Order: sequence, then C-alpha cells, then structure tokens
Amino acid sequence: MGLAKRIIPCLDVANGRVVKGVQFVDIRDAGDPVEVAKRYDQQGADEITFLDITASSDQRDTLIDTVAQVASQVFIPLTVGGGVRSVEDIRRLLNAGADKVSINTAAIHRPEFVKEAADRFGSQCIVVAIDAKRVSHEHEPLRWEIFTHGGRKATGIDAILWAQKMVEFGAGELLVTSMDKDGTKSGFDLELTRTIADNVTVPVIASGGVGQLNDLVEGVVDGHAQAVLAASIFHFGQHTIAEAKQAMQDAGVEVRL
Amino acid sequence: MNNKLIVVVDYGMGNLRSVTKAAEHVAPSGCHIKISQNASDITNADAIIFPGQGAAKACMQAIKEHNLNDALLQAAQSKPFLGICMGLQVLMSHSNENNGVDCLNRIEGTVEKFQSSPEAKIPHMGWNQIHQHHDHPMWHKIPQDSRFYFVHSYYVSPTNPQMIQGTTEYANLTFASCLAEGQLFAIQAHPEKSAQAGLQLFKNFMTWPIESA
Repeated sequence: MGLAKRIIPCLDVANGRVVKGVQFVDIRDAGDPVEVAKRYDQQGADEITFLDITASSDQRDTLIDTVAQVASQVFIPLTVGGGVRSVEDIRRLLNAGADKVSINTAAIHRPEFVKEAADRFGSQCIVVAIDAKRVSHEHEPLRWEIFTHGGRKATGIDAILWAQKMVEFGAGELLVTSMDKDGTKSGFDLELTRTIADNVTVPVIASGGVGQLNDLVEGVVDGHAQAVLAASIFHFGQHTIAEAKQAMQDAGVEVRL
Repeated sequence: MNNKLIVVVDYGMGNLRSVTKAAEHVAPSGCHIKISQNASDITNADAIIFPGQGAAKACMQAIKEHNLNDALLQAAQSKPFLGICMGLQVLMSHSNENNGVDCLNRIEGTVEKFQSSPEAKIPHMGWNQIHQHHDHPMWHKIPQDSRFYFVHSYYVSPTNPQMIQGTTEYANLTFASCLAEGQLFAIQAHPEKSAQAGLQLFKNFMTWPIESA
C-alpha cells in the first residue's frame, strides 16, 4: 500500500483545439479538448497535461477558456504548460482551473521567476520543465545540458545542477524530457531520468521517447521516476491508459486501477 | 431536504473553482452552492466547504483579515463542515510550518512535516489510498482503500486518535488523512481532483444532514 506511480497523457493544444491528431474511434470531435480529456479520465489517466503550442499572447484568452471548460468537467489534476512567462500568466491559468503550471524557457531567462511563482502560489503548483540533451562524448562520464527551441539551441547549463537549482528555487515537480529521445519511440533516456530523480527531493516526471508499454515501466523501475508522460502511444489508439496501468502492475509497480 | 445552501469559504487562499465545479457536478436538486468570503454567509449556510491551499501562516493571516475566525469555528461545531487540504490543517491547534503558526484550534493536535528520503519525495504528490477506520456516512459507496489525489508536505497529528476516520501510508509512516467528529469531516486529499471517489465524497457530504434536532 502506498503512493501510486502516475501515468500522464500529454495533449498539444493550439487555438483551443487539440492538435497532432488524437485518434479515438468513438469520439465525435477529436479536436475538442473536453472530449479528449474526458476520454482519458475514463481510461484512468492520473493527470492530464496540456501543452499550449501557440502560446502567443493574443491567443492566451483561448487557452484560458479551454482550461476552464476542461476543469469544469474533468475532475483529475490538470497541468498546463507552454508560454508561461509571468506571475500573471500563472494566476490566470490557476484561476481557470489548472492545478499546476509548467515553466520552461522563462526559467532559463530568469531563474528567479520560479522563486517568485513558488512564493506566491506554493511549490505544489509549480512544475519546471527541463529539456536536456546528452553532451558527453563516448568514454566520458555522462553529462547533459539544457537546450531550448525544441532542442536546437544549447544553453551551456548542466542539466543535473539546473534541476537541483530549480528545486532550491521552489519547483514542486520536474518534467524531464530527453531531447535526444523525444519523438524517437525508442524509450526514455533512463540515465538522465534516474540521475535527476536520484539527486532531487521532489517528484520527477519522465518524458520523451515512449514507443511501447514497457518504456513506461522502465521509466519508473529503471529511471526512478514518480510519473511517466506520453503522447502518441495513447493518441493513436496504440494503447489505452488502462493497458499501460496493467503493464505497470504486471511489472510490480503500484498504480491506481 | 429542499433548498440547502452550501457555502464554499473564500479567504483568498487558492482557487475555489475546481471545488465548486466538482460539488455542483454532483449536487442534488435543491442544493445551492455559493462562494463567499462573508462571515454572515457562513453563519447562515446549511453546510460549509472549507478548502485551502498555500502555507499555514498565509492561510491563518487571510482568515484573520477576512474576520472569519469566529464564524468558521462556530460552523465547525454546529453544522456539516467539510475541510479540504489546508482546510484540514488550519483546524488544528498548531502547525509547525513557517517556524510555527497557531491555528484555529478546533481540533487538538499539531501539523508536522514529512521527512524526505530517496523513496519518499516531498511534496507527497499523487494518488494514495485512504484506509477507512470506521463506518461513516461520508464513506458511503466509496470502496475501502480507494485512492485519492494528494499534494502536501505536512500532515496532521491529532491528540485524540478517536477522531481519525482514515489513514494513509507515506514516508515510512501512517498518517491521519481524514478526521471527523460530529458533523465535521476533514480530509487531507483533494476530492475535487480525485475522480469518482472524490465526486462520491462530495455527493455524500451534500446528502449528509444528520439532523438530530
């Protein structure tokens, strides 16, 4: 008996619509965030993450509406990320019904922002997203750096030290994405996930690279993550959340069934 | 049981939208839910939902600033009262958060911090089981050991173990995740984020009059 490991489907939204095609055979409008979120809730998702991929300021109101609609009908935790740049952005998202916000680039530009956000709203709702890429050469000790712009731009910041700094600044959770693995369907970067998870006191969500159910299991068992996040494996009907939970349970991982 | 007024107490600590939406989602007809920060509304309500988020010190300050101290204490003695998360913790005598804060003292006991370890990350965040200790109307139709969503770094430790209605295991200890006495029921987890189990709890609360008078 104890705390369950979490499975979190991640949805990209733009202009109030789910994009990057979700394919459920029996839902009317696969672009409707409410319908998609409800479906994942029914399947047993432990949380839902929305990533706003437009994130330009004039479309902010649409995102707020989307969050409000989902939060009034789906009663599991909701995290929203993408373009979170100010305390005001966070306030509006939380008021609309988001439970947590995920901060990425804005933290790199000004790390104190994380501190201000955590002081104001509490660490429990501040997730820091860490996009990391391996920079060590073969035969060298493993080393990762923070990258921005979808993994194209190096920052020179060491990923492990950054993770620790963000926790010190008040992050309540870390969403760790391997930019080497993202989109490859070849599994998480388990060394990255494990190195961060073993060196911070807050929960870590593993992200980037899930191609099959066993990848999710490995993220928890070998990556030491408290939660695993995936997109395409669920969106395209390859697997349901329930199947993922079953695979976890079969591997001896405690889940909410 | 018609026209029951349930007040969700707004003292500026955290977002009440989710709590209100979840309660509305399962409210029986005739049950009205109102968000309010007025002591008079609390006094006039048939039942109270008392949520809360953030640090203990800030919560107690906000309660004082809104002059809700007496109205809350009175309501917590006299009518169905549902405390959620910080709404449980500030009912205790004293919290050890923020170098020590005196709280409402409705329930004798303290609020303590979890010790983090490689196996137990802090905050305690996610779905954990609540083991029901007694048969209570608030557990109606909620299976034993159901999972609820938790997010917290502190837990309550009541002086009187008789008040413990539910316990949860985390960080090498079994802590009180639900306390109850008379018409008071307070829970550390977030029923508004706990899917079916949480919605059932709200439903139970709204149909839990225990009108003995």
